[in-house]
Amino acid sequence: MLTIKDLCASVEDKEIIRQLSLEVKPGEIHAIMGPNGAGKSTLGNVLSGRPGYEATSGTIDFKGLDLLDMDPEIRAREGLFLAFQYPVEIPGVSNMELLKAAVDARRSHTGQPELSAIDFMKMAREASKAVDLDQSFLKRGVNEGFSGGEKKRNEIMQMMLMEPSLCILDETDSGLDIDALQVVARGVNAMRSPDRSFIVVTHYQRLLDFIVPDYVHVLANGRIVKSGDKSLALELEAKGYSWLEDEVA
Amino acid sequence: MSEQVEQLIRKEYAAGFHTDIESETLPPGLNEDVIRFISAKKNEPEWMLEWRLKAYKIWLTMEEPEWAHVHYPEIDFQSISYFSAPKSYEDRPKSLDEVDPDLIETYNKLGIPLHEQEMLAGVAVDAVFDSVSVVTTYRAKLEEAGVIFCPISEAVHRFPDLVKKYLGSVVPQRDNYYSALNCAVFSDGSFVYIPKGVRCPMELSTYFRINEMNTGQFERTLIIADEGSHVSYLEGCTAPQRDENQLHAAVVELIALDNAEIKYSTVQNWYPGDENGKGGIYNFVTKRGICHTRAKISWTQVETGSAVTWKYPSCILKGDHSIGEFYSVALTNNHQQADTGTKMIHLGKNTKSTIISKGISAGKSQNAYRGLVRMGSSAAGARNYTQCDSLLIGDRCGAHTFPYIESAHPSAIVEHEATTSKVSDDQMFLCQQRGLDPEKAVSMIVNGFCREVFKQLPMEFAVEAGKLLEVSLEGSVG
Repeated sequence: MLTIKDLCASVEDKEIIRQLSLEVKPGEIHAIMGPNGAGKSTLGNVLSGRPGYEATSGTIDFKGLDLLDMDPEIRAREGLFLAFQYPVEIPGVSNMELLKAAVDARRSHTGQPELSAIDFMKMAREASKAVDLDQSFLKRGVNEGFSGGEKKRNEIMQMMLMEPSLCILDETDSGLDIDALQVVARGVNAMRSPDRSFIVVTHYQRLLDFIVPDYVHVLANGRIVKSGDKSLALELEAKGYSWLEDEVA
Repeated sequence: MSEQVEQLIRKEYAAGFHTDIESETLPPGLNEDVIRFISAKKNEPEWMLEWRLKAYKIWLTMEEPEWAHVHYPEIDFQSISYFSAPKSYEDRPKSLDEVDPDLIETYNKLGIPLHEQEMLAGVAVDAVFDSVSVVTTYRAKLEEAGVIFCPISEAVHRFPDLVKKYLGSVVPQRDNYYSALNCAVFSDGSFVYIPKGVRCPMELSTYFRINEMNTGQFERTLIIADEGSHVSYLEGCTAPQRDENQLHAAVVELIALDNAEIKYSTVQNWYPGDENGKGGIYNFVTKRGICHTRAKISWTQVETGSAVTWKYPSCILKGDHSIGEFYSVALTNNHQQADTGTKMIHLGKNTKSTIISKGISAGKSQNAYRGLVRMGSSAAGARNYTQCDSLLIGDRCGAHTFPYIESAHPSAIVEHEATTSKVSDDQMFLCQQRGLDPEKAVSMIVNGFCREVFKQLPMEFAVEAGKLLEVSLEGSVG
């Protein structure tokens, strides 16, 4: 699915990711944990091609394609989805409008016919139900006046409709209460499949109680300093991150 | 006299005809003879000619306004030709079959197939090709309701009393430089009269088109809504590519008598010039309406075209409890310049006005909102709400706001809100991350920004307006 080799990336000429390598196979869930400033969000931004996040060396292979060679919208159409940490508002553009355009763009890229408005509406209603968002949210402006939790659930709803092959969740749990967290986790778990992979970026172990990862990686100073299974997350919860940073230093 | 002039002109300038549709175009220049020629061509009565000549004399004493935030080379009014009419004018077609096939093809290119228009439910079209109205449909059906919708040149003959009474009553001849010029040389335009208590059974629509090289287009529109009547009028225009600047100085007058309502919607996409700022239309338009007691006038405009726009659709709220509205989207790209807004003149008690203006600037364009809200000394309890939002795309364009507020009554309330924002990188990236290319993303964000105004437009127009923004924004990103 995704093979990152010796990736270095910088933001405004400051190197954030240093020689990072990671292999994500189809169907796997990888959790990326680490202290603030470790480069967790940068990784998601580099993968999705956000302007300003520059890969200076290394390679990223996504489903046999050279990811770094693709425009952000092409990466999205190929099935790379980023659930934003801070979803932005787009006043006056309805959720429906954005989502229909998004789904159509992905479908036409992959050679599928565009959905009829009716079929799309049906799908969108189901997705909104799955994340406990009232249908009225489909007609509202994108994230316009949404609460923090509503924004995150909206991201998951978009993810469901886009049917991506690789989902990157960037601190989706931040600012969520336990109920909302469970809704998000339920959505993600419902989407698990042998040909879909997840990268779950999180600061806390809490989310991983609900979305159980196959692998846990600890990122510090732009490098993966430790990898393990889900028990590593529990260890981090108990001991914090500083011992690992010390270990690296 | 007119015959002679005509022959002379034909002889001398026969070689100058350049379109497939033979037209009669005056040589460039303006003097009393030109005005007499125009008037004679239309067989106008003496009073109409006198009115034109009076306006011409006033115009000669006036100077071009320079206060607008726009810059363009000085216009040589003697280099403009003031009359052009498709030849078939003399022998007006009785049905579409009799219309010049070239003309029909031009309309088809513009996406206005007349055959389909005939079938389009509820839309009557008074199509203006250059200066003379060529085809008018649905006339009979409208007349059944008592609604008059005809070229103003025809109204001069058929309804002289109405024309005499109202022409120039809202925009007087000496109102401004361009309106005076329009009064002197106006070519043609629409005349609408809705009788007392009648709700116009369909939306009235005019399409404009400039086709002649260097021919100023001087439209004149007069809409009278008698007491308790209601009408919705759509104006849309498009112009083909050309190199030389063209002057367009239209005048629109609306009269809403007691309890009447006029809704006037415009989609304007005259040729804006190329991406280097070469060519394009100069659009200097005067639009104004007067509201009598409890009457309402609502202007909605989507302005995407023209190299230079100078336009302030306004309401004089003369009658007590009357209402004025102005909803505007003005988009400028490349080197376009727009100075547009409105004037709400509150004279009556408890008059209300709403102004929603959305300005979008891209490329190297300059976009100014200029609005006047005046609460007269008799305007007890009057209210205005103004919301003025600017959106910038890129960092080489400009947005400007010039609000003028004058209140002469202590009980009048004026509210003004203004915002300026940029299409943010975060918004763009969100759209791209969902698979949209940058151009689609910008157009979606801009359309969202304009939503409040678009929802005021009739349905078909709203769709057209959305597409128009997309086309107009081409090349503004990346």
